[in-house]
Amino acid sequence: MRQVYLDYSATTPVKKEVLEEMLPYFSEKFGNPSSLYGIGLNAKSDLNQARAKVAKLIGAEEREIYFTSCGTEADNWAIIGTARAKKAKGNHIITSKIEHHALLHSCEFLEKEGFEVTYLDVDSKGLISLADLEHAITDKTILISIMFANNEIGTIQPIKEIGEIAKKHGIWFHTDAVQALYNVPIHVTELGIDMMSMSAHKIYGPKGIGALYIKKGVVISSFMNGGAQENKRRAGTENMPGIIGLGKAAELAEANMEEHIRHISELRDYFADQILSKISEVEINGSMEHRLPGNINFIFNYIEGESLLLLMDAKGISASTGSACSSASLAPSHVLKALQLPYEKIHSSIRFTIGDDTTKEDIDYAVEEIVKIVEKLRAISPIYKQSTKG
Amino acid sequence: MVISMAMYNDKVMEHFMHPHNAGDLENPDAIGNHGSPVCGDMMQIAIKVKDQVIVDAKFKTFGCGSAIASSSVATDMIIGKTLDEALSFTNQSFIDELGGLPGPKIHCSVLAESAVKNAIWDYAQKHGLELEGLKGYDPTKEFEHEEEEECEV
Repeated sequence: MRQVYLDYSATTPVKKEVLEEMLPYFSEKFGNPSSLYGIGLNAKSDLNQARAKVAKLIGAEEREIYFTSCGTEADNWAIIGTARAKKAKGNHIITSKIEHHALLHSCEFLEKEGFEVTYLDVDSKGLISLADLEHAITDKTILISIMFANNEIGTIQPIKEIGEIAKKHGIWFHTDAVQALYNVPIHVTELGIDMMSMSAHKIYGPKGIGALYIKKGVVISSFMNGGAQENKRRAGTENMPGIIGLGKAAELAEANMEEHIRHISELRDYFADQILSKISEVEINGSMEHRLPGNINFIFNYIEGESLLLLMDAKGISASTGSACSSASLAPSHVLKALQLPYEKIHSSIRFTIGDDTTKEDIDYAVEEIVKIVEKLRAISPIYKQSTKG
Repeated sequence: MVISMAMYNDKVMEHFMHPHNAGDLENPDAIGNHGSPVCGDMMQIAIKVKDQVIVDAKFKTFGCGSAIASSSVATDMIIGKTLDEALSFTNQSFIDELGGLPGPKIHCSVLAESAVKNAIWDYAQKHGLELEGLKGYDPTKEFEHEEEEECEV
């Protein structure tokens, strides 16, 4: 059966060149970068080359890149590390309602310790209001953390403008760029970013490795305590194969970004056109203007997301849903809730994300199957009325 | 976020992929609804009754895989049963028939129990029947059940 993977925002396959570059670091190049002899010193040198590649991708300096175990750790570290370091100045953090749970749950953790958090609303397209942001700032605000691009609806926030507001008020600005990296050109200094979270497995690198960009001069508390790795700011023996993989993925991302964005946005637009023209009563969640190039999030009215996912899976098509029914917690997507979407539409929402390996034939196959599946599920839906048939 | 097919057993998947008794019933004698699309699942069961025996049943469900599978087995099980026999089924009867449901999905079987009960209640109302299994039952009240999850709205 044909397999059509349309969930590149969940994770991406490791590129062949990336894997090849990683493999020696499991065996012959196994040295510890902290060791003061040949294989250790070589590892240290390779580690810093990987760091330089990540830095280059985002317009940072090599010493501003700190490797972490994943994007979640980078988010946790930025938020909790800032709170610890800036406690004397204030106890207020501003973020948004549509952040990743790595961010939201870190904020909730801090609230229990007495920190105050403002969760900014988003409009119906998923964008924060700069006026709301400015209005939320107090003399106790120590951090603004707004995600670069949303994982569910793909909305890209006005990062440069947020950076300017943060700078004007002397507040650090962190952004979770896990989804944006490789999908949006990012230059941290031009955008006024003080800290930025990244993850390798969203850019065709391995799982288990991420990075936090910390602008020079920004000093946050350590999160992992131990040895002197990562300029004494993130302890723990370096995940060398992972770091080498992230470095290579970053190098490829820089080289291929233009073509990548063109390819996935063309296919995404074609996919959206096909679905909207072949299935009645389908809507799109999130802004089409300020959106990740490979992301589309449909509301297939009158049918529930998990059923659609299961039937798609049976045809080899992979995607994800914001429906409560498919989550272990039975809680519907907080992102779609923040859009003020009626609950029945949240349950009917499906996210598709297109990637480098997606072809037009994949999209044609997916459209053909989705048309049949939606028809089948609507036929047994008690809320799909005869009169609404298009 | 995504639940894999591995979460459901083969029997649940079979009932989900090829549900029995799905669709509209022509000239039903009674209809029972339960749930709400707001909560992510809504079930409608229509029945035809002859001499207090359910001779046919069909369902329509907005819901996840287990909600559709529960509807399928529930309608299978009530066809050919007397109203009293059908009222004796609980959600556990449907779960047993399906060979088990994952923990968070138990409430889908409760939905089926309620939809069956509401269909029979509708029939009893229309025909002035007093059935043992419906004593004190008020479908407009929140259906109380230990395993039922609250819909968080």
